[in-house]
Amino acid sequence: MSLIHKTAAELGAMIAAGEVSAEEVAAAHLDRIEETEPKIRAFLHVDREVTLAQARAVDARLRSGEKLGPLAGVPLAHKDIFVTKDMPTTAASKILEGWRPPYDATVTARLREAGLVFLGKTNLDEFAMGSSTENSAFGPTRNPWDLSRVPGGSSGGSSAAVAAYQAPLSTGTDTGGSIRQPAAVTGIVGMKPTYGGSSRYGLIAFASSLDTPGPFARTVLDAALLQEAFSGHDPLDSTSIDRPVPKVVEAARNPDVAGMRIGVVKEFDGEGYQPGVLNRFREAVKMLEALGAEIVEVSCPSFTVALPAYYLIAPSECSSNLARFDAMRYGLRVGDDGTRSAEEVMALTRAAGFGPEVKRRIMLGTYALSSGYYDAYYGQAQKVRTLIARDFEAAYQKVDVLISPTTPTTAFPIGERADDPMAMYLADLCTIPSNLAGNAAISVPCGLADEDNLPVGLQIMAPVLGDDRCYKVGAALEKAFEARWGGPLLKEAPAL
Amino acid sequence: MTTIMAYDEALDRFEPVLGLETHVELGTASKMFCGCKTTFGAPPNTQVCPTCLALPGALPVANEKAIESTIRIGLALNCSIAEWCRFARKNYFYPDMPKNYQISQYDEPLCYDGYLDLEVEGQTFRIGIERVHLEEDTGKSTHVGGATGRIHGADYSIVDYNRAGIPLVEIVTKPITGTDRLAPQVARAYVTELREIMRSLGVSDVRMEEGSLRCDVNVSLMPRGSSEWGTRTETKNVNSLRSVERAVRGEIERQAAILADGGKVVQETRHFHEDTGTTTSGRSKEEAQDYRYFPDPDLVPIAPDPAWVAKLKAELPELPSVRRKRLQAEWGVSDHDMESMHNAGAIELVEATIAAGAPAADARKWWMGELARRANESGVALANLPVTPADVARVTELVASGALNDKLARQVFEGVLAGEGTPDEVVAARGLEIVSDEGELLAIIDQVIADNADAAEKVRGGKVAAVGALVGGVMKASRGKADAARARELILEKLGVSG
Repeated sequence: MSLIHKTAAELGAMIAAGEVSAEEVAAAHLDRIEETEPKIRAFLHVDREVTLAQARAVDARLRSGEKLGPLAGVPLAHKDIFVTKDMPTTAASKILEGWRPPYDATVTARLREAGLVFLGKTNLDEFAMGSSTENSAFGPTRNPWDLSRVPGGSSGGSSAAVAAYQAPLSTGTDTGGSIRQPAAVTGIVGMKPTYGGSSRYGLIAFASSLDTPGPFARTVLDAALLQEAFSGHDPLDSTSIDRPVPKVVEAARNPDVAGMRIGVVKEFDGEGYQPGVLNRFREAVKMLEALGAEIVEVSCPSFTVALPAYYLIAPSECSSNLARFDAMRYGLRVGDDGTRSAEEVMALTRAAGFGPEVKRRIMLGTYALSSGYYDAYYGQAQKVRTLIARDFEAAYQKVDVLISPTTPTTAFPIGERADDPMAMYLADLCTIPSNLAGNAAISVPCGLADEDNLPVGLQIMAPVLGDDRCYKVGAALEKAFEARWGGPLLKEAPAL
Repeated sequence: MTTIMAYDEALDRFEPVLGLETHVELGTASKMFCGCKTTFGAPPNTQVCPTCLALPGALPVANEKAIESTIRIGLALNCSIAEWCRFARKNYFYPDMPKNYQISQYDEPLCYDGYLDLEVEGQTFRIGIERVHLEEDTGKSTHVGGATGRIHGADYSIVDYNRAGIPLVEIVTKPITGTDRLAPQVARAYVTELREIMRSLGVSDVRMEEGSLRCDVNVSLMPRGSSEWGTRTETKNVNSLRSVERAVRGEIERQAAILADGGKVVQETRHFHEDTGTTTSGRSKEEAQDYRYFPDPDLVPIAPDPAWVAKLKAELPELPSVRRKRLQAEWGVSDHDMESMHNAGAIELVEATIAAGAPAADARKWWMGELARRANESGVALANLPVTPADVARVTELVASGALNDKLARQVFEGVLAGEGTPDEVVAARGLEIVSDEGELLAIIDQVIADNADAAEKVRGGKVAAVGALVGGVMKASRGKADAARARELILEKLGVSG
């Protein structure tokens, strides 16, 4: 098996044992990127020399006897929303085109410290606003399963890169489903850790109370290894949790659901769900029961109003977070010809630099926070948020984890929902409640839909700091499915 | 041209209602939400980082020391301390505000509902404190070119972000009524007292000239006999104690003229001009911004442990008003004298002079007399005179020992203030010591008697009062250095008359 088809755990072990160098592993993936990028377009920035230099530095650290983690030398694709000192960072927006950050995000810094090698920066919906990666100012990324379809979003570059074997691992951020939904529609594993479990410092903010960095991988164990590499308390992020991180790697290595109580969320079913998605989900429920779990139907009525609440809270926060892009200190500057005031230059720059979806959300949020509307919109949405947290709390009194389809449909064709924001927003129907409650949730592959032979994802939700439960159940499902499929789901994907 | 009504007439017809918003820059070593230093006067944009420049991805973390300082201020102002409160974002675009929102507090201030008692001209005023909250300062814009130094008409503007993110405490009073004619003095006394409280707490250097204490003054008038408040204006840019007093007075005079003329006061922001003591119109409330406040999701709520707050309260230093009462009793001075010392900023100086060994009466006499006169003459604050409490104590010591008399002592102060050195150095350099060598003194006396034979004859003839002219002659001949009492004794002895 070639280097690009190995898991991150395997590559880490081989590099640690000296069977292969980090540089060789990086080069193999850079070759794959070069070969497949014209079709996939997962990356916004690749710099072979920077990557190889990083790999050689890790090789040198290993040779000098430095004790590094299990992923030392393993390459990774980094979502272009984490700032990086040695690579430009754009958030897929024209307003930041060409900007070179003077600092590293905490996630970036921890991955460097752990010896991971950055293959480049991956595409996303502009400022992570979207569910298809079509909102990137630099063009869409394509789904490796079907190049006419979207890879999900906003972290679509990261999901496509891992599904296309361009990278064994990638980072994402999940605000309303931006890791789980792309993982589901590309047939890989994507995890949204507990809010506050991974640092937001240096992650370009979309909605601060929701944004959560998390891993993509082709196996549950790889995702756990990556999450462990960047998790933990960060004094630079006030919302970072100062408590021990759940033992996710240990959980991923011990797949077992015997005796667990697993809740099926009643509300995530019925109209709007693709039959093939529901079929695969129901099979997975049966499989969990066969593995010894007790299945309980759970009702969480407030989840049905999570989507509107999210589309008030997230735009409200974004309208304020994106105010800093004003042409004064960095990024694009339009109309500064010596005759215009700072205010005019700000307005012209923002008009030219932000794409339509970003503008839509800034306007929505500005309106929702306005004097006289605040209570009816933002205030009301916060109340819904409290109700959702209570529904989760009540559910976790009865069950250990909750499950649902990750997203109502499989990957949709590029362009299909581009002009229909409401249809686009529905892609995050099942993922949003976990963001609003700050819970942990993972998406694992559970087969191909009957109608289109495209991947379906299953979501496992757990309480705050219950990340290990997601991995434990996810790993059990993965083991059982791979036994049934005779290998990972991705082997069904067409060759590129 | 703004018409005004004479202050006395304005007060005959209207009663003022005041409100004061004071911003105090805290003297923490680092900024409110990042680790940058806060040194005043550093080269532009050298005390900045990703957070206070609002680079993409950077996050704030609240400075615990600033929270502690704010709670201590709240406690000193008799406020309740919130058990749980949040920072809020105040959204508006301005180039010197890097995030285009200010992290502040909105409907959940850290401290609320307190008061501060003031004594002004023998009356006590209780000023209600609405809230004390914590926020961050903005950067500083300089508008280059144009006539006014304001943004309109400027060729370009430059921004220094060193100040961006420095912790700022905002202290807001409840409406202040019942001050009557003393409104300007009460406003000034309030800011003065706040400043002293900040100093005693050690939370800020409160230098108004450096902008570390800034005041916005709200004024409205209601006709005598009415209980319905008028429309208020908010005067910004009031940056000295004297200006606070003048701004209140000026606004009362301006609004009274408008109201007396049947006009309406416009609710607006006004700018205070130090040079003329008048205000001019700024932004009106119709153009007011919608700040779209909402709780800042980047920051966790502040939930001060009640036990910690109790400890901070127990550890508050003696507050200035309490201290003044104690010192007044120790020094045995009248209310009036104490207030004069307070107004002159002499209390710390007198206290330090006493601590350096001077008797209370002498310390007060010099600071409130000769030195206050000289400070007044040269237009500087008493505390800024180039003379130390130790210098004053030394002079009183020299007087007590008989080495100087009051007249010589004044010459010593003149020398010290002129930068000629310590009192002892001035005495030596100017040769100011009282002549205590009897031989030298007797020689002078002989000469004076010889030169004033008439006066000497009168004394010999029993007119003892005539000795004054001879003593005066001795003092003159010795250039004031003779001990006048001893000279008198010696003259009378010489002339064979018993005093």
